Amino acid sequence: MSDFPFLSVLTVAPLVGAVVVALLPRSRPTLAKQVALGWSLLVLALSIVMWVTWQVDGQRFQFRESYPWIPNWGVNFTFAADGIALVMLMLIAVLVPLVILASWHDAESSKRSVPAYFALLLVLECTMLGVFAAADVFLFYVFFEVMLVPMYFLIGSYGGHQRQYAAVKFFLYSLVGGLFMLAAVIGLWVVGGKTFDWVALSEVDISTGAERWLFLGFFIAFAIKAPFFPFHTWLPDAGGAAPAGAAALLVGVLDKVGTFGILRYCLPLFPDAAQWFAPWALAIAVIGIIYAALLAVGQNDLKRLVSYTSIAHFGFIGVGIFAFTTQAGTGAVLYMVNHGLATGLLFLVVGMLVARRGSALISDFGGAGKLVPVLAGVLFFAGLASLALPGTAPFVSEFLVLIGTFTVNKPVAVIATLGIILAAAYVLWMVQRTTQGTLNPALTEIDGMKRDLNLREKFVVAPLIALIVLLGFYPKPVTDVINPAIQATMEDVGRTDPAPTAVQEAAR
Amino acid sequence: MNEFELPPIDYAALAPILIMMGAAVVGVLVEAFVPRRLRHPIQLPLALLAVLAALTMVVFNADKRLITIGVIAIDGPTLFLQGGILVLSAVALLLIGERAIERGGAFVAQAAITADSPDDRRQAQRAGGAGEVYPLVTFAIGGMLIFVSANDLLTMFIALEVFSLPLYLLCALARRRRILSQEAAMKYFLLGAYASAFFLFGLALLYGFTAGLGDRPAGVDFATIHAAVANSTQSPVLLFAGMALVAIGLLFKAAAAPFHVWTPDVYQGAPTPVTGFMAACTKVAAFGALLRVFHVAFEGARWDFTPVLGVVAVLTMLVGAVFAVTQTDIKRLLAYSSIANAGYLLVGVLAPGANGLSGTMFYLVAYGFAVLAAFAVVTLVRDADGEATHLSRWAGLGRRSPLYAAVFTFILLAFAGIPLTSGFTSKFAVFGPALEGGQVWLVIAGVLTSMVLAFPYLRVVVMMWLSEPGESTPTVTVPGGLTSAALVIGVIATLVLGVAPGPLLDLASGAAEFVR
Repeated sequence: MSDFPFLSVLTVAPLVGAVVVALLPRSRPTLAKQVALGWSLLVLALSIVMWVTWQVDGQRFQFRESYPWIPNWGVNFTFAADGIALVMLMLIAVLVPLVILASWHDAESSKRSVPAYFALLLVLECTMLGVFAAADVFLFYVFFEVMLVPMYFLIGSYGGHQRQYAAVKFFLYSLVGGLFMLAAVIGLWVVGGKTFDWVALSEVDISTGAERWLFLGFFIAFAIKAPFFPFHTWLPDAGGAAPAGAAALLVGVLDKVGTFGILRYCLPLFPDAAQWFAPWALAIAVIGIIYAALLAVGQNDLKRLVSYTSIAHFGFIGVGIFAFTTQAGTGAVLYMVNHGLATGLLFLVVGMLVARRGSALISDFGGAGKLVPVLAGVLFFAGLASLALPGTAPFVSEFLVLIGTFTVNKPVAVIATLGIILAAAYVLWMVQRTTQGTLNPALTEIDGMKRDLNLREKFVVAPLIALIVLLGFYPKPVTDVINPAIQATMEDVGRTDPAPTAVQEAAR
Repeated sequence: MNEFELPPIDYAALAPILIMMGAAVVGVLVEAFVPRRLRHPIQLPLALLAVLAALTMVVFNADKRLITIGVIAIDGPTLFLQGGILVLSAVALLLIGERAIERGGAFVAQAAITADSPDDRRQAQRAGGAGEVYPLVTFAIGGMLIFVSANDLLTMFIALEVFSLPLYLLCALARRRRILSQEAAMKYFLLGAYASAFFLFGLALLYGFTAGLGDRPAGVDFATIHAAVANSTQSPVLLFAGMALVAIGLLFKAAAAPFHVWTPDVYQGAPTPVTGFMAACTKVAAFGALLRVFHVAFEGARWDFTPVLGVVAVLTMLVGAVFAVTQTDIKRLLAYSSIANAGYLLVGVLAPGANGLSGTMFYLVAYGFAVLAAFAVVTLVRDADGEATHLSRWAGLGRRSPLYAAVFTFILLAFAGIPLTSGFTSKFAVFGPALEGGQVWLVIAGVLTSMVLAFPYLRVVVMMWLSEPGESTPTVTVPGGLTSAALVIGVIATLVLGVAPGPLLDLASGAAEFVR
């Protein structure tokens, strides 16, 4: 079974689905939704089979396939997944059906073609899966760039207020990063002996100067994508304007490409440069944690607030990556998954709330919990997960990042911990102002606010809540997959974990 | 009395040129002797058949590597570029021959009638006429075929004139906006004449420079210049001045800054099919000549011309990208985009070795298809006054005619260099060899200007898809079969060269060696 070409089939399948959905007549929106949902469930089923087939003790890269593409340049369709990629692929496969289900009525309000919306979602899924499954730098770059196009149209055509501005800003920021990366990709190709194969490139010796420039080219692209401070300003606009489902994918998955890229490309391919730049990367990550959290506290727009919380969380992931310990690295990858679940849930719930109220402003709410108690409860849970309450999955990852960092870099760990306090502030204050307190009389006049979660919406949030709780108590299945990949990455960088203090003292 | 011996002539090698020139002459005769209503049905197939026949001969010659009668080099680059010009010309001819969009086609018969006079208005309204464009285009194609194969500067100069003069005239033949069209032609002619004069002057200086070769007579064929660069006793000032002046003549045709000022006006004023023809085929011809001159004749002076041409390349990219941002007319925007692309092509010209050469040739063909498709869409977006080229008029086009808006979006994404389009693979094809050759600064400039250039493209996409259609949004005319064919060819080529560039790259790298 492990000979089955999982990764290529997984990547191509949503694209086929997208074509099918796009060809459906505009007058049959329900059929389009059903086909899209069915197709994404099919992808999910396939990915579960892949997860089961994965050998935890096996090689670092599994499911490797390679087909020639442009032989003149040494470009191949090479797919291979390590543990990090595997968990991200799973995250995508889980999130997309839920997003499709949650976006059931989103496209109808925009006067645009409904089938096109769901086709775009499936195209997006194809490119997202491809970017994580690629093991050829050229192929990765292709997916990295093409991914922009469906997202651009999702935001620009189906978004809310200021969607044009947000879509263009998103596209230009990402394209700028992508072009930096293109220069670095070409440079890597030249110094690497005209191959794009990841394995071959990771064994190439590069001169110090060239290595640093190439690292920087890749890093800027990923830092914009992630986004890290100070490249983050596009995300609140894009997250605020995108339809809730697309925003959940944007923040939950698309942005992880940045942190994944750092782990897969920046660290193993340019290990010395990565160490050289690490203090700077840590600095911007820590600044991001505090700065974005402070901005989140001051937001009055729910979707923008969630976007800012994500930037703060990406700071944590950045700290975890550049601490160069196995614990912190595993924590960072686990954070990528958990953040996808928690923030995905938060975005979807906020989207449900916004759709009912017709406004994303916190000041337009107040006491909403009295009208829609279940929805308010889910929002509260999503908020708690987002602030990493013990018992929810993000707690495990945040804790791993912090202890992993503390062993090697105490000041960074201490400052980052402050971010947790700020997280409590922005989440709890947001929950309090929207769902608690006295009821805003304006809300009672809105019909939408009288409808609590319906069955469809419960089906959307239930799996996410279950996963968050499950991984909060028992993260082992996921960490078992991540750990070997992180250990291999840290070996590439040439860092080993410091021995526990007790052992050090015993040695004296 | 001396016996005068004719040089041996390889007619098969010259066949593509002879066919095009012959077809042009036949076209003139058709125009003179065939009744008016039969001219168009004869001229278009005649021109297309000639192009196909010439293309067949190019394919037939594929393995030839020789210099015939001393002045025409038939080698890999020549054949590749001739093939490129012919294929792109065929697509352009489809656009030029379109009569379904506008009554009588996009051209009038007489270029020189005073604009807006009663005579002029009458000819603009008259349905028939304007078969003259076909022989003109055929002559231009023939000239381009000579231009890319010319092995001495004098032949190159004559070829330059042979393909330029018909183009000047073609610019003035637009059916709508006659003043703009005549102005474009005038501007193009005057500046083109200056450029030709520069070229000629440079040629004279180089002739003087080659006089310093002891063992062989002076001459302007590339082998002699090549030898003179290595060991002429003449002052190098002659070489540098001559090289600079010849380069100016060629860079003018290639629309490189600071010799680009004609481009936006001419692209805007010329009839759109002709603009497409110029943007695709003239570029191939101009860069074909640049490649040959700099890779063959001046190869020994590489260290001298690279910095200067590098500055020209950076300036071209910058001017094209920055000015494209401020444009409000789609044809002018595409003109500045074409200037920026000239800059990227120059990066390829400066990349040493066979890879730079093959990358540049690949870029030329890939860009030609995309730009032809772009102008094909421009011919379709019209209102009662002809083409609606102002950008504000394109607002909401995606709502009115999603298919053509999608096609144009795809072309713009290709121009912006998004992967899976030919725009990406061709950028890779020139930047890769340039970086290999150590031209890091050119690649960085290319990448930075690409970022700037993405903005205007994106603005058009935003206009088409994300703006609401206004009262004045024109409708898209249903294209006739010819424009549809051109559009389909252009789009498919852009996609295929983006997804599977392998075969054409193979062809280009197999052809990337000059005969000397």
